[in-house]
Amino acid sequence: MRDSFSLKTIGFLAAIFALVLVLPLVIPRFYTYTLALIYVMALLAMSLNLVVGHGGLFQFHHAAFYGVGAYTFALILTKTAMPFWIAFVAGPLAAGLTGCLIGGFCVRLTTLYFGMLQIALGSLIWAIVFRWYSLTGGDDGIHGIDMPSCISSTNASYYFILVIFTLCLIILYLILKSPFGITLRAIRDNPERCETVGINVNLHKLAAIVISTLFAGIAGVLFVVVERSVFPDLLFWILSLEVFIMCLLGGWFTFSGPILGAAIIVSLRTFVGTYTEYWTLILGVILILLIFFLPEGVMGFLAQKARPHERGLTAGEK
Amino acid sequence: MEIIGDLTFAGLASHLLVGLSRAMILFIVTSGLSFVLGVLRVPNIAHGSLYMIGAFVAFSISHAIGGNTGFWVALLLSPVVVGLVALIAERSLFCHLYEREHLMLLLFTFALMLILGDLVKMFWGADYRSIMAPKYLRGSINIFDSPFPKYNLFLLVIGPIVAVLLWLFSNKTKMGKIARAAAVDREMVGAIGINVSWVFAFAFVLGCLLAGLGGALVSPTVSVTLGMDHDIIMEAFLIVTIGGLGNMWGALVGSLLFGITQSFGVLFWPQFAIVFPYLAVVIVLIWKPTGMLKSVW
Repeated sequence: MRDSFSLKTIGFLAAIFALVLVLPLVIPRFYTYTLALIYVMALLAMSLNLVVGHGGLFQFHHAAFYGVGAYTFALILTKTAMPFWIAFVAGPLAAGLTGCLIGGFCVRLTTLYFGMLQIALGSLIWAIVFRWYSLTGGDDGIHGIDMPSCISSTNASYYFILVIFTLCLIILYLILKSPFGITLRAIRDNPERCETVGINVNLHKLAAIVISTLFAGIAGVLFVVVERSVFPDLLFWILSLEVFIMCLLGGWFTFSGPILGAAIIVSLRTFVGTYTEYWTLILGVILILLIFFLPEGVMGFLAQKARPHERGLTAGEK
Repeated sequence: MEIIGDLTFAGLASHLLVGLSRAMILFIVTSGLSFVLGVLRVPNIAHGSLYMIGAFVAFSISHAIGGNTGFWVALLLSPVVVGLVALIAERSLFCHLYEREHLMLLLFTFALMLILGDLVKMFWGADYRSIMAPKYLRGSINIFDSPFPKYNLFLLVIGPIVAVLLWLFSNKTKMGKIARAAAVDREMVGAIGINVSWVFAFAFVLGCLLAGLGGALVSPTVSVTLGMDHDIIMEAFLIVTIGGLGNMWGALVGSLLFGITQSFGVLFWPQFAIVFPYLAVVIVLIWKPTGMLKSVW
């Protein structure tokens, strides 16, 4: 990560921001909806990348936290009379709390064991949501959730999501630039040495998990704003793997890679999915091509092309 | 209170038997997964897809031939077909990745799962299929005065046979010993002049063959359909982890725990039956994160 923005970068970012501001006025509603969905998935992928790309943790069941956020939000809106903003805050908080609990069990472990314990715990939550018909609606989920009138139209919800998404990106960027973010990457690259110089490795990992699950919860809430419904697939491990793929596809050692990965996968599903029902086959082939030819992801590849001598956020050869 | 009424010795015993027969299927599938995990050190996400292919191939073969022979031919041939699919995938693509980072291997097997899932959809469509067991394995017999499906008894016989054969293979044959050695120290195996790449291919194919066998065996008891792969693979991974990665007996212990907690969950709290096995897995992993038996990792 460079220390200061060059004028070119600022101009580029401003152009993109202006573009996404104007787009809903000119494109059909379906595209606006798809774009909003891309922001949601991008936020989810970014939050995962905080612990996977920067923290080096095998966060295999990230969707569990996303689902907890979405379900908390949806349940408060449909089952209680509490105002919108309480539900909006409670969703991410519930996700962060779940992250703290699950993370607390997991941080003692490393690599695959970390991942498997998390999958077990996440699947437990999924199984409960899947079967608790009286509360969560079981495998049907909850549909037709009412939003406040100010964000109920497609365009309004788009701008709402865009604002939250942009804020989250800025916060994530600041976190990754902060001493905490740098320590996290140091732990990823050499946990033993960090332990030796007096860094509480497990505490840092746990903090990273809590932050990341908090953002996953925000993504979950935003998903409900777009889609107006929740269903158990939001917590299923397939989605977790898909988000993992978004990070790897876009470039998990870069900041903005996951956004690109999310955009690629969501558009693939939406647009290829309308031509053929075999879109996962195409995704599989793309993944294999990626593994063979672009192991650092699309963004990682571009970054390397642009700055051949500097490897940005990369961990160095392992 | 129906639940209390069912809590007789006979009721418990019959639930135990159902759980055990489910565990046998799980064991056959997970022993293959565990074998691949032990030798190649790759969690093969496509394992569930190969299990699904095994079930679909068994459906096609048994319907093409028909009758009792159809079932037995399907049981023998579908693991072979699945093994061939695995061999093609391994030799054409997977074998070029062994030197790469671990996460990439995992990603490859995920891509394979996506591709195989859609190929199954292309060949067989999204309908529900069913397979009939041979006449003499249909219906049920009375055990402790409660009816018990004959086919489940058949599974209870097959499971231990597969376990013994696997044990004999990995301890008494040269190939099995080489595979076990490669699991512990692949550099050393390479250094004494054995082609490690082919050992890996062999282990991968054998593991997938077991997935196919599991799929063929389960096919008369469930409806064969898309999505079978997703249902089994996560269970299989958790079982392998609680048993101890790469440990065949661990796969057996884990399968027993999973199958039995599931069937007793049905007895005590049917609505949340699927929660119990996950709960058991969580307890085991918190108590012993590396699994109950010794892992080869």
